[in-house]
Amino acid sequence: MSLYPSDRWLSAALFGAAVLVGALLLGIVVTTLIGAWPVLAEIDVALFSVDWQPSTGHFGMLAMLVATLAVSLLALLLAAPLAVALAAWLNLYAPGVIQGPLRALYELLAGIPSVVYGLWGLIVLVPLVNQIAPPGASLITAALVVALMILPYGLLLADSDFRQVPTAQKQAAIATGLSPWGTFRCVYWPLCRGGIGRGMVLQFGRALGETMAVLMVAGNVVQLPTSLVAPVRTLTANIALEMGYASGDHRAALYLSGLLLLAIALGVMRLATGRGTP
Amino acid sequence: MRSLIVRYPVADGVFRVLTTLTTAAVLGIVLWLLLGLVLKGAGDLSLAYLLTPPEASGLGGGISSVLVNTLLILSVCLLVVIPLGLACALFLTEMVSPASVAGQATGYCLDVLSGVPSIVFALFGYQLFAITLGLGFSIVAGGLTLACMALPLMVRTSQQAVLRVPADLVEAGHALSLSRAGMLRRVILPSARHGIAAGIVLSIGRTLAETAVLLFTAGYVLRLPGSLLDSGRALSVHIYDLAMHVPGGQPRAASAALVLVALIILTNLAVHRLLKTHRD
Repeated sequence: MSLYPSDRWLSAALFGAAVLVGALLLGIVVTTLIGAWPVLAEIDVALFSVDWQPSTGHFGMLAMLVATLAVSLLALLLAAPLAVALAAWLNLYAPGVIQGPLRALYELLAGIPSVVYGLWGLIVLVPLVNQIAPPGASLITAALVVALMILPYGLLLADSDFRQVPTAQKQAAIATGLSPWGTFRCVYWPLCRGGIGRGMVLQFGRALGETMAVLMVAGNVVQLPTSLVAPVRTLTANIALEMGYASGDHRAALYLSGLLLLAIALGVMRLATGRGTP
Repeated sequence: MRSLIVRYPVADGVFRVLTTLTTAAVLGIVLWLLLGLVLKGAGDLSLAYLLTPPEASGLGGGISSVLVNTLLILSVCLLVVIPLGLACALFLTEMVSPASVAGQATGYCLDVLSGVPSIVFALFGYQLFAITLGLGFSIVAGGLTLACMALPLMVRTSQQAVLRVPADLVEAGHALSLSRAGMLRRVILPSARHGIAAGIVLSIGRTLAETAVLLFTAGYVLRLPGSLLDSGRALSVHIYDLAMHVPGGQPRAASAALVLVALIILTNLAVHRLLKTHRD
């Protein structure tokens, strides 16, 4: 033990903070479980029915679950190749003087609030898609906006992977006279693809949990998406829309959908980092 | 010399053109995004816009009360997240080794927390702070929920800052037989202060950007709050409400969005400046 009495108080305080972090995680899981408790027995109905009509006690979440996965998967498919291409250009072709400012710009884009991306989608993209396929607010619009949101994160992760390639390997590439494509194919990609893959899975998790942008541009109609331009409602948007007035079993059903989101998000994170379950 | 160089004539050209074009296209979209917002919203921006209260659900007047609410929610959040985050970071760096059970468990909890979707934090905060603790839709409830969300970020950034404190300083402290409290106060915190400040500013940026958490914890009320237990609408919520619920509100939402983006740019610049000082 320490020689100083004051240290005991300090150690207790620091330990207390760490315990609080654990308690917070436990609290989130327990609170969501308790909130969902009244309808927890009906989880099979919730998962395998598309009939979401809270006023008559029908809480089928399948349509919104499918919409959530569809928006996230599409967004990831759009964003992932772009992220790698932009990171490659930044590291292999960008002139030295613009690398710093470009990175700062990408960091800024990563910090722009989702409600701002959603607003842009609403003002610009929705009218544009509306001209091709009304009403404009749809699965593909949401996927485009979410893709634009997760792109800077994926790009910065890939960039940091590229930058961590050991100097010896980079010098070897220069000494062998590898062209940029050769450097990418023979050095960067083999060394970084694992990290980039994990980074993209993390971005998929972020897309699943995204609420505001999707709420603003997806159209919010509860239905199984039949086409790319069909309006859909995701689980997150549903909670944001209905939590304000829900009560009783309806509210419990919203907590159940939150529990579902939590489970999926943590499962995805486990896939990406090996953490998420003990 | 040229003959030594390994070339893929076709693939090189395709790769160069593809990556250059995608970069140009994405930068074009970013420009489109910013221009779109500026064209819609810049007309209303002025000092008066920042200093007058909103009228007619935000269609007239400015955003002064919204800025005050945002500042109050942010203050509540920081008041909780700074001491708690710093204490947890110091626990991880000073009290336990990363390999120990306590270190592993805390790190594990932080990683999982950082993966929890923000809407789930909202459900949690609504139940715990608004209902169980009886705070209702209020600035305190919103700030506390945001603090829970920002905690992992604050801990991890402070932890990075403390880990960068030079080992010779720490050893000198030990050689002087400083107490743990003395060590923190005289060696570690002064040396890591710029990095910790960067973590605080990062948390501010994250908090300013958050909307979903506030929808049903801090609520929508537009006027100036009488106390911290009143509901108050933050800037991000104001943007959402104007865009979705107020007919003809989209240009006004774009004005508010420009203010929010300007605040985010400021936090980014501050983080860059602080981290640069921290590394030097």
